[in-house]
Amino acid sequence: MISELGLFALSLALMTSLVQTTAPLWGAATGRARLMNVGASAAVTQLALIAFAFACLVWGFVTSDFSLRVVASNSYTLMPMFYKIAAAWGQHEGSMLLWALVLAGYGAAVAIFGNNLPATLKARALGVQGLIGAAFLAFIIFTSNPFARLSEAPLEGGGFNPLLQDPGLVAHPPMLYLGYVGFSIAFSFSVAALIEGKVDAAWARWVRPWVLTAWCFLTIGIALGSMWAYYELGWGGWWFWDPVENASFMPWLIGTALLHCTLVVERRHALVNWTLLLSILTFTLSLIGTFLVRSGVLTSVHAFAVDPARGIFILAMVLGASGGALTLYAFRARQLQQPPSFAPASREGAILANNFLLLIATAIVFLGTFYPLVIDALTGDKISVGPPYFNVTFGPIMLCVVLVMAFGPMMRWRNDSVKPVGKSLRLPMLAGVGVGAAFGIFGQSLPGGLGMGFGVFLCASMIRWMQVRLRAGQVTPRQSLFLAHAFPRSTWGFVTAHMGFAIAVFGVTAMSVWQTESFASMRQGDVATLGDQTFRLEQVQLVKGPNYDAQRLTFSVLRNGAADGELVTERRYFPERDTMTTEAGIRGGLFANLHLTTGEDDGSGAFAVRITNHPLAMWIWSGAMIMAIGGFISLSDRRFRVGAPHRVSVGAAAPAGA
Amino acid sequence: MSTMPPAAEAHPTRSALPAWAALIPVVLLLVVAGFFAFGLTQDPKAMPSTMIDRPMPEFDLARLTPDRDALTNADLIGKVSLVNVFGSWCSSCVLEHPQLTEIGKSGTVALYGVDWRDPPSDGAAWLNRYGDPYHKTGVDSDSRLAINLGVTGAPETFVIDRGGRIRFKQVGPITPEVWSTTLLPLIRKLEAEAA
Repeated sequence: MISELGLFALSLALMTSLVQTTAPLWGAATGRARLMNVGASAAVTQLALIAFAFACLVWGFVTSDFSLRVVASNSYTLMPMFYKIAAAWGQHEGSMLLWALVLAGYGAAVAIFGNNLPATLKARALGVQGLIGAAFLAFIIFTSNPFARLSEAPLEGGGFNPLLQDPGLVAHPPMLYLGYVGFSIAFSFSVAALIEGKVDAAWARWVRPWVLTAWCFLTIGIALGSMWAYYELGWGGWWFWDPVENASFMPWLIGTALLHCTLVVERRHALVNWTLLLSILTFTLSLIGTFLVRSGVLTSVHAFAVDPARGIFILAMVLGASGGALTLYAFRARQLQQPPSFAPASREGAILANNFLLLIATAIVFLGTFYPLVIDALTGDKISVGPPYFNVTFGPIMLCVVLVMAFGPMMRWRNDSVKPVGKSLRLPMLAGVGVGAAFGIFGQSLPGGLGMGFGVFLCASMIRWMQVRLRAGQVTPRQSLFLAHAFPRSTWGFVTAHMGFAIAVFGVTAMSVWQTESFASMRQGDVATLGDQTFRLEQVQLVKGPNYDAQRLTFSVLRNGAADGELVTERRYFPERDTMTTEAGIRGGLFANLHLTTGEDDGSGAFAVRITNHPLAMWIWSGAMIMAIGGFISLSDRRFRVGAPHRVSVGAAAPAGA
Repeated sequence: MSTMPPAAEAHPTRSALPAWAALIPVVLLLVVAGFFAFGLTQDPKAMPSTMIDRPMPEFDLARLTPDRDALTNADLIGKVSLVNVFGSWCSSCVLEHPQLTEIGKSGTVALYGVDWRDPPSDGAAWLNRYGDPYHKTGVDSDSRLAINLGVTGAPETFVIDRGGRIRFKQVGPITPEVWSTTLLPLIRKLEAEAA
């Protein structure tokens, strides 16, 4: 009964979203305020309906209602409640419902918090948002009904994929969707602006917080996914260039470009057309990512249920949304106000340069991801593209990005020249070259030296940037402190996020270049060594988890002869799915992670053991998290909190920093 | 940023791009969508053609564990062999495992394993758990051989003739039917061929 109510709510939500599309767009076109106002209430209603439907689905999982198909095939009575709830979005139907929920959530947020938006812009943006919602709801109802019943309910469910029974992965899809789907707001606002034929600094100020929010969540989502792959899949790898990973990474890359572009529109009212295009492209890549994951058009190590009908539907959505928006762009973009000019060597120039680099990076990932498909279509050959391609192409582009990130913030808006900036960055450059050379020579790796050197250059240039802003050395420390206090939050956000990026660069470089490992076949009491550490297999025992049985191996660690804690690995057997998962023994450290995996008993009581030292592994995810924190700090900036100020204050009250 | 130029200072400049340039994104989208549409019509498990009748690419795969042998081109010369691409992460590989075990035991054909996209210890653990059907196993954790072979997923099995040429590729698990109706007759035929 509850589920039927859920499906009914979904159908009502579809109707509501159609109202949300037609009424405000019609109202804005004919200038009728009442019709335009319908958009906001429809958006809130739509959110309430979808939230209700989602709650019904969660209820089905909580009560283990196995007459529901998705519950029967993805849950189990003995599963911990936490994972029963998580299983609600751990399969295709539920995850698409979550998509729609997040989409409606963003739409309602615009409706509620967008009081100071111009009425027509708000109405049109909500209308476009409603149209996307309608398409997704139709997709869910017609191809992926989460409330489908089974004619005969089984007594017990098929269980939830044990690999997904992990706290990190429970949070991963919601974060990812908050990111992916958040870019729909930028898309809707861009389409609305194209319909209006008007973009101004205030427009950028309204859009920027939404882009920033989406970007922060996407950053967290990707980092969580990577962490999960690291400790749960037991690959010991943190990034695989797998199509599904790339699907989330492409919107991030181009979303980062968009984030910086909105800054230019807001500050300098330049790059308007470019920003509109990036908004459309970012959401297009989010949709394409969804298409990629849900259609099974590419083979991936992530096994998702695939269905060509769903693929066709999502492809139609991509064509409709992006094709429509891009066509509108093609006809309208030139009519928009032309931007003020700026010199190539300027802050705008640097941001544009980084935009192009990020665009190239996106293209590289896109090409690598879809090349097998293109080759198959053109020649009928089946090929696959692996990490070697990405490592060779992506690395150098990122080094260029770092370079521009170091120079860009030092540049003045509108017009500057590279020479004085280079002069002022002389010390950071020296630091980068020195550290890079040291790592390159002693670590015996050119890519390693380059990565560390560029990372240090970026860090040092950020410190130099602060020094210049605080006039350290020119004024008293007290005055510097006062200047620091006067920084708007967005400046701190920028510094934090860029530092986070540098930290991630260190982690990625070290993890790619300086891993060490050792293999051994060990019995209880045996000892293996790696570097200055010794590992002793102390204990082999059987333990019982909530819904699994596990074999637990305990290793004691000795560093230079002194006891240094222990590592525990588990091989968990989940009877409901007859599957095994392995829990690697991982000890995170500031400078290196110890990663220990064990194989199964070979019959004589010996275990294959692999011990790996992962240098700076934590820096990758910490770096990503710091970037997201930087984004949130920026988001808390006064000028976002008080909402968009009136046009007059633009320029007059322009805050410092980036 | 202490000095800010006024934001409203407008320098209208004509765009350097011609009018049709704005249509480029639409065209690109259509092209991409065309490829996607094509992709949807394809069975991801469909047979590939390129590598058939070509020599096995050069490879020299590291050993999976110290007690197992490494795998190189030299192993494939002089006898008909099967090269099976598997991984501990691959659920379908478990499906074909009983059949592979039987093939390995029967000695009808030389059976080699390529542990793909896997840290060696996981591959080794997987073989310890299910049993090792292979005569030799190499590690291809960075996909070098898999890329040269055009592997699109696991499991995939290549039939190699005595001269070290690829003669057939089985995509997906080897079921008893696949073995008896496709692979075994082919192996018999290849064995009859002069080296």
